[in-house]
Amino acid sequence: MTWENYFMPSTTGEVLALLEQHQGQARLVAGGTDLMVQHRWDPLEVKSLIDIGRVPALKEIREDNGRIYVGAAVTHSQLVDSALIQGKGRVLAEAARTVGSPQVRNVGTVGGNVVNAQPAADTAIALVALNALVHVLSPGKEREIPVAETFLGPGKSSIDPAKDLVTAFSFSAPDSREKTCFVRFARREALALPIVNLGLWLQLEEDGDALKDIRIAVGPMAVVPYRARKTEESLKGAVLNEDVLKKAGHSISEEVTPRDSFRGSSAFKKRLIGVALKRGIENALDLKGADWHER
Amino acid sequence: MSGNNNEQGGRLTINFKLNEKDYTLKIDPDERLLDLIRNRLGLIGAKEGCGMGECGACTVIMNGQAVNSCIIPAARADGAEILTVEGLSGGMENDLHPLQKMFLEKGAVQCGYCTPGMLLSAKAFLDQNRGREISREQIKEGISGNLCRCTGYQKIIEAIYCYAREAERIEERKG
Repeated sequence: MTWENYFMPSTTGEVLALLEQHQGQARLVAGGTDLMVQHRWDPLEVKSLIDIGRVPALKEIREDNGRIYVGAAVTHSQLVDSALIQGKGRVLAEAARTVGSPQVRNVGTVGGNVVNAQPAADTAIALVALNALVHVLSPGKEREIPVAETFLGPGKSSIDPAKDLVTAFSFSAPDSREKTCFVRFARREALALPIVNLGLWLQLEEDGDALKDIRIAVGPMAVVPYRARKTEESLKGAVLNEDVLKKAGHSISEEVTPRDSFRGSSAFKKRLIGVALKRGIENALDLKGADWHER
Repeated sequence: MSGNNNEQGGRLTINFKLNEKDYTLKIDPDERLLDLIRNRLGLIGAKEGCGMGECGACTVIMNGQAVNSCIIPAARADGAEILTVEGLSGGMENDLHPLQKMFLEKGAVQCGYCTPGMLLSAKAFLDQNRGREISREQIKEGISGNLCRCTGYQKIIEAIYCYAREAERIEERKG
């Protein structure tokens, strides 16, 4: 016997009431694709589970006042299939598409992916690139924090599933000068953890092709999803051409400090992330390598 | 609040439809959907391969979507419609669904352990893509969550492809 109660509330109010009532003895579960596996090998010490998958408000994807909102219990499959996310959150749709398998994507949620706080969680990397906010409700408290600030270490989030309910993630809807995309290298194209992954957001100047601003989120390059700020700075204001891209690739390879791990050696990951960045910028701008010569 | 009917001792009463039949069952709060299907209902088509959501041998269709029943809490079956391989032929006992027949015809069954999961992933994928032309590449993605350790993938993909083409022709004739 493990948990003694399994609750399936249907409103956020009910979720909060249950959290308050159980005073840390209950924790939230969304898809459970990570939790059910972890529990098998390392049983959770919790008396009750509160399943948030039946709260309609947490399963919505919507645009409101120039921001895109993605409910915490939205599944990876929902993200992949959403016309709104395909159109205005390309990096997130592409990231979601690479996770696990159809069975895992049908069940696993974006909220779970972020709160589980793995340094190369695909949708987390995408949300960091989008500079997304996480909207959190706790009994008597409501707060919004940048997603990037919730990661404290491998598997460690500042969001406590025994106290905090993530209601949604939000990011500003891009205009026509903003582009995003996601790049991932893995051993195979399904059911494989990324060797490296990269989420990219960039903004071109109103007139011309100079890069006004850029955000590069990468994993697993540190204990948490990593923003390559040095490389970002070096690219701001640059007019993109083959040479600039090459330098950016070198720059990010120098900047990151991945570990040797079962995914690959540090040297391999450093090399690969440079390729990922070049490919990412090309994909985001829908350029093929050949186009550079004409620009 | 659905499913929140924990009694003393924590058991829950759930209602669901499985293979077109209605069930009301008392389950343990930490029970897995796979155990409910195999141990309580005696339907052993869904298999436990890895037990961690990677191999797809435990795949069933829940509310139209393929899921790994080994990592789904049984409580979540409350209110759901579930299809297992036993229900694939639509209640015709001793008969097979045309997709199953195609698996046999094309030699897509070797040891058979992955077959129920493969069939259900294929079914969910084909249902979601009804009316669209389907490529072998898309089929590969559709069954990418199912491992076949006999590595008979070519025959499996061929069987699904041929079935889809045949189903397409039948739809066209009807239309």
